[in-house]
Amino acid sequence: MRPILIRGGRVVDPSRGFDGHADVYLSDGKVAAVGRDLGSPDDALTFDASGRIVSPGFVDLHVHLREPGQEDLETVASGAMAAAAGGFSAVCAMPNTDPVTDNQAAIGFIVSQAQRAGKARVYPIGAISLGQKGQQLAEFGELVGAGAVAVSDDGKPVVSSHLMRTALEYARTFGIPVADHCEDPTLSAGGAMHEGIVSTRLGLKGIPAAAEEIMVARDILLAEHTGGHVHLCHISTRGSVELIRRAKDKALRVTAEACPHHFTLTHERCEGYDTNAKMNPPLREPEDREAIRQALRDGTIDAICTDHAPHHYDAKEREFDEAPNGIIGLETALGLAVTELVESGVLTFCDLVNRMSTMPARIFNLSGGTLAAGAPADVTVTDPKASWVVEPARFYSRSRNTPFGGRRLTGRAELTIVRGQVVYQRER
Amino acid sequence: MSAPSLGKDLVGLEPLSAEQIQLILDTAEPFKEVSERAIKKVPALRGKTIVNLFFEASTRTRISFEFAEKRLSADTVNVAAAGSSVSKGETLVDTAKNLEAMRIDMVVIRHSASGAAQFLGQRIRSNVINAGDGKHEHPTQGLLDMLTLRDRFGRIKGLKVAICGDILHSRVARSNIWGLTKLGAEVGVCGPASLLPRHVEDLGVTILPRIEDAIQWADALNVLRLQLERMEAGFLPSLREYNRVFGVTTERLARAPKELLILHPGPMNRGVEIDSDVADGPHSVILPQVTNGVAVRMAVLYLLAGGSPDWAAGADDR
Repeated sequence: MRPILIRGGRVVDPSRGFDGHADVYLSDGKVAAVGRDLGSPDDALTFDASGRIVSPGFVDLHVHLREPGQEDLETVASGAMAAAAGGFSAVCAMPNTDPVTDNQAAIGFIVSQAQRAGKARVYPIGAISLGQKGQQLAEFGELVGAGAVAVSDDGKPVVSSHLMRTALEYARTFGIPVADHCEDPTLSAGGAMHEGIVSTRLGLKGIPAAAEEIMVARDILLAEHTGGHVHLCHISTRGSVELIRRAKDKALRVTAEACPHHFTLTHERCEGYDTNAKMNPPLREPEDREAIRQALRDGTIDAICTDHAPHHYDAKEREFDEAPNGIIGLETALGLAVTELVESGVLTFCDLVNRMSTMPARIFNLSGGTLAAGAPADVTVTDPKASWVVEPARFYSRSRNTPFGGRRLTGRAELTIVRGQVVYQRER
Repeated sequence: MSAPSLGKDLVGLEPLSAEQIQLILDTAEPFKEVSERAIKKVPALRGKTIVNLFFEASTRTRISFEFAEKRLSADTVNVAAAGSSVSKGETLVDTAKNLEAMRIDMVVIRHSASGAAQFLGQRIRSNVINAGDGKHEHPTQGLLDMLTLRDRFGRIKGLKVAICGDILHSRVARSNIWGLTKLGAEVGVCGPASLLPRHVEDLGVTILPRIEDAIQWADALNVLRLQLERMEAGFLPSLREYNRVFGVTTERLARAPKELLILHPGPMNRGVEIDSDVADGPHSVILPQVTNGVAVRMAVLYLLAGGSPDWAAGADDR
């Protein structure tokens, strides 16, 4: 493996509070040195990063890679390549595959597919309950032994408070977080979008903000009761943000993530019954979007995740009520974050790297998220000024379902390095 | 011609201007007379092919459209979801594109999904008329209600119309709210709070919490059908209580400061949202609504096909 020298960039490493011009030298799959004017050994691959930002690789805690079961939508390999192209050196794959990733063999399959692909790292998340049925706990010990980094029944809220309680308690044994999709299904049943003036006008059944907030509140109470680590997925409402802020004030083991579409779009985007604006949790109101932005700024929300959810185009070419939830996000997340958060002054670039790399790695206890000497050589080089137009037809993902097609964004990954090897390099 | 046209489709009254709504109502006037003739037919749409695509059960609206089409001399085909390719799992867009491949001119669609008519209109070249999509709009019902109000009061502007019942699930309510407010009427909505949509006041309507409030306030009541399945879904305790609290009865109407016009889009649940003696009483215009439905639908079909309102006035000579 040839060493790599990334020369002349602005190095942003929130894990060490470092933000300044430096060279980064990678050797033997590890970060060997970060400093000024590092000499270049003859055999090193050298990249000129002037005008670029060099940071630990981005980590996405929440993707759906559809393998096994729906390989026509995405595979571990295509998802890992899309991730790399989006600047992610690691992604965490949710277990709602077919069959469900609720046993050690299924976890092992994801791990081996990711190794074969050799692109971004793919960390499997195991199911909380067998078959995601919300009844019997999955074998967390065996899941973790096979490589799972967290458990979640994502897409299916954990309805039983008893199950959530025991999951939080049992997960403590293995030091993993329990990630919950917060939704009270008795309030959200049949809902197709956020409940508000737009759902009233469109005549679509709404999902009230309270459907999310009730479960956020419950999970926080259970985290307090059990001492377990609850990770709250794709937070979308200002009420949830307030609840999490209070929990963090009490130093509870509560962490949270938010998606680019929730800090970029609002329920107005559902006008005209655009099914690419249909997701769960739904796009909310301007006040909610603002609350998510502020929560990312003040740390109430720890991490930016994509909830990358591939669907075939004709599944979205349906009546709004019938269309599936979700959009893909791996190849637009960085551009949206730079455009919507950095350019608008909500976050500094250092904050952004913290929310997309350092914090997600830390809260799921993953390697990476740092350029400290000896850390894995997972590095992303970003062109923070690159202006580009989203062209879904050119995505590495097998799916195209995005509401951002045609949108002009600023900021794009140029080089993604995983384990000291270049897995993506954009042609300049 | 400087008069506004309707565009390709009629998916709702929300996107229409006051002038466009006025145009439809004015165009409906001469068509009323066609249905009163011994020979109820004009050649305005001769040679046009219209498909009535009904994914939801409907008697009144489907027959009304069919009469409107036939009285304009169009060739019509009725497709019901049951017994068609839809019941074999064909998607809406495939169904429509296959119909269009047979070279049709217009589609009248009734569908349980909000947005189905707009979805279709964006994907096929034919004119699309919404005959009711989910909980979104039922524009021709809104128009026939307005035509009936205009017949009785001579105007829409300044009228106070209370829409009573299940506003949350009602496409009739939404079309009436858009149409009436655009033409300058005041609209109130009255029903149990569990059946009012969120932020409905932002549509420019007054919320009337009790049926007594609506009766005090309004010039006309448009009483919506209460769907029986709402009880099962937990929005209401019982039909009996609904009638006790929200039913339009002669006793309640007797306390009104003026005589109220009573509309109902049908089909009625007698003894639930409306008592029989009100439905059959002197102020009920429920059957004139049905008669006007044919004229309004003739006007919509005619205008979407490119017909000029001036020609409609002398339709029999064309």
